[in-house]
Amino acid sequence: MNDLNTRSDSWARTNVKNTLRLGYWTAAWLITMALASFGPVFIWQSNKLLTGLAILFNLGVGFGMIMANKRHLKGLDELQQKIQLEAMALSLGVGLVVGLCYSSLDISNLISFDAEISHLVILMGLTYFAGVLVSHRKYQ
Amino acid sequence: MKNRLKVLRAERDWTQARLADELEVSRQTINAIEKGKFDPSLPLAFKAARLFGLAIEEIFQDEPQP
Repeated sequence: MNDLNTRSDSWARTNVKNTLRLGYWTAAWLITMALASFGPVFIWQSNKLLTGLAILFNLGVGFGMIMANKRHLKGLDELQQKIQLEAMALSLGVGLVVGLCYSSLDISNLISFDAEISHLVILMGLTYFAGVLVSHRKYQ
Repeated sequence: MKNRLKVLRAERDWTQARLADELEVSRQTINAIEKGKFDPSLPLAFKAARLFGLAIEEIFQDEPQP
């Protein structure tokens, strides 16, 4: 029984640790993204060196977040990995198809506003979220 | 694929959470396998077989497709 508790504790604890680590990296990435976006306007008055460094720092932290996400996914069990795979596949597919379609609409001036990358990020985030919810329900 | 996980678990008076702990998966995964909504991988099936001291085919049976 003690062996079981230790084993399951260790599996669950590793998962919690991986999730927390991913949360910290994501928060750090968002903060460095905000720094790279707003720093040139509000803090260092468009100094190119500082702006470049902030962007490089954001890129580095972004790679850290990717590695944390990879570790988090590897720590999940096989059903959880399948749920994540289905949600990410949906998000990637929708992002690619709708993103290119949106860009075509912008290029051909069929829409009156510019196609912003942030719109695509929001769409992919919402699609991923919906994909996770639907898959969770499917396997309940 | 049919399986006898629920019966084997009930014989030992284990909860889904307890079996999930034993197999180091989530409770949702045990629930999905028991309901036939998810087929486990071969390593997980072997792990379950080892845990119950049975052969894999005594726990999991193939179901012919309609």
